Amino acid sequence: MTAIGDLTRQGQIVAAHRPWPRAVVTPAVWQAMTEALADGHLTLLGLWAEGKSVHAAVHAIDAGDLAVLSLDCPDGKFPSVGKAHAPAIRLERTARDVHGLEPIGAVDNRPWLDHGQWKRPQDKGRPATQYQFLPAEGESLHEIPVGPVHAGIIEPGHFRFTANGETVVRLEERLGYVHKGIEGLMAGTPLDRAARLAGRVSGDSTVAYSFAIARAVEAALALDVPPRAQLLRGLMAELERLANHFGDIGAICNDASFVMIHAHCGVLREGTLRLAERCFGHRLMMDRIVPGGVATDLPPDANDEIKTFVANARKRFKQLVGLYDKTASLQDRTVRTGILSPALARKFGAGGYVGRASGRGFDTRCALPYAPYDALRLDVPVLNAGDVDARIWIRIREVEQSLSLVEQILARLEPGAILTAAEDQQASGEGMALVEGFRGDILVWLRIEAGIVAHCHLRDPSWFQWPLLEAVIEGNIVADFPLCNKSFNCSYSGHDL
Amino acid sequence: MRTLVLEGIIKAPLTEAPPKADKAALAEIASKVDAAAKKRLGRSLSIREVDAGSCNGCELEIHALNNAFYDLERFGFRFVASPRHADVLMVTGPVTTNMREALERTYAATPDPKWVVAVGDCAVDAGIFAGSYAVVGGVSSVIPVDLHIRGCPPSPMQLLQGLLALIEK
Ligand code: SF4
Repeated sequence: MTAIGDLTRQGQIVAAHRPWPRAVVTPAVWQAMTEALADGHLTLLGLWAEGKSVHAAVHAIDAGDLAVLSLDCPDGKFPSVGKAHAPAIRLERTARDVHGLEPIGAVDNRPWLDHGQWKRPQDKGRPATQYQFLPAEGESLHEIPVGPVHAGIIEPGHFRFTANGETVVRLEERLGYVHKGIEGLMAGTPLDRAARLAGRVSGDSTVAYSFAIARAVEAALALDVPPRAQLLRGLMAELERLANHFGDIGAICNDASFVMIHAHCGVLREGTLRLAERCFGHRLMMDRIVPGGVATDLPPDANDEIKTFVANARKRFKQLVGLYDKTASLQDRTVRTGILSPALARKFGAGGYVGRASGRGFDTRCALPYAPYDALRLDVPVLNAGDVDARIWIRIREVEQSLSLVEQILARLEPGAILTAAEDQQASGEGMALVEGFRGDILVWLRIEAGIVAHCHLRDPSWFQWPLLEAVIEGNIVADFPLCNKSFNCSYSGHDL
Repeated sequence: MRTLVLEGIIKAPLTEAPPKADKAALAEIASKVDAAAKKRLGRSLSIREVDAGSCNGCELEIHALNNAFYDLERFGFRFVASPRHADVLMVTGPVTTNMREALERTYAATPDPKWVVAVGDCAVDAGIFAGSYAVVGGVSSVIPVDLHIRGCPPSPMQLLQGLLALIEK
């Protein structure tokens, strides 16, 4: 068994990196890491390129250890991790698309985010190539191409179904349509603009992303955040989680044509957003968390309003949960639909409700606790069924937990400062943060040089969930795809970056 | 379920009073859409939403238009699943280079007369994403736009005010 310490010890520790160690390692150590990932001793948290090096964030869940391993590749090549550990495949395809680093021995050499349309100098005169979907052969198979423009009000992406009659035998995703080059825009920007960009990686998780980049900056620059700001961040993060869970639980039921829960969940969601607007001046709470603290404080009478909201939401939601539990026609659609096996969830390190509905009880708020959660009570619900129903139940339990967290936060709020200004505007450092967004753990890694972002990598939880959606739909009927898809609700924009 | 149904009948609806059409939007529309087209489109409009590169924040608020508070359908607006059924394309996001073709094809698939409503600050001029190698620009750099609704993201009320300008005389 390979412990993380054994790997980092063999490399050169980078002193400026906080709070977890980063080590520049040799190809042999990189290989040892790949093997430890493949045999399940380590979980891959992220893999990204920067100039002529490649970084991997790995986690030894049992030991609670975490580290970033970096490999210099002056010749623009690195040994593929994906060849032994599938979760790295799309990340490596991206490293090649965006940074031109070549994964040696990779099993899939097709581009991923690059559709041959970008306007970088190196893209000039490149011949357009047709994307090759994986072949599916057999009698009576047919293909159903869907997207990039979908039928609902949703983000764009392409799904290629191969079906045998009604049954899906393969789904292949093609993403990258909303790639905006955010990491490119980040490089060379001051911290405030970088924070605003991070808040627009995936709008539904704007709080979580702002939270994550703020924590990464604070780690890099060793900034302390006032206690009141820590709690307000928690409050925003839980309101965001509630709004998304309410909206999505309703939307999943709507995809099974049960409109009543959808309508009532929509009312709960709207109530949450209106409360957010009253408390923080923006319905989605964009740009409210900033490096060093938060940008807005609660209005004076907010406490009572929040308490009333929690009491009302708890009462209303309980009725809806009862309705979900008792409606056989609805459960008929959700139970045993789109099953994700615990083994796959573990292998891919699937975060959020996707992982927790398939036996993976990882929640950053508990596993790698950060303020304010380190001082709050929180139970992480875990189920093993792995179907649409289980993912709904995890979200139901998380709504209950979030409501309780909001109350705990209110009880602890004391008057005080909400922002610490950085003393040294020219400071440098490297920082990493993991924050639990509503769909799972968001990783932000950055290097600051003289107060400017030199490089910033943002890894959405969807990276490790999208591939699993391909697996869970297999053997289900085409008509159940919307249910499976909505029960995952992966982010396109967060993934495409 | 019975309690919920009963409450639904007895309690007053949550629906907000209709807002006034946005003045700036009215002016923009008046300058761009000719009276004949307006008459033909009438007061009932089918909308096809196209995300051309958004962060999905705008989509969340467009979604909210369908909830009990804003109830968009009472004004005669309806979201449809195909551009072929649409009178209005509602486009969000900076247009990414990877979505450019899909947006052009969606526009071409929408029958005339048609209007394009660009939603969100990004849709105006690519907003914070301007200048990226992967972004073309605002929506109007790819297809003609009749109405802009600003905001990051615009609130459902702002969206409603903008849309109402489409059907006001
Ligand atoms: S305008 Fe704001 S909310 Fe809308 S897509 Fe752009 S960044 Fe996202």
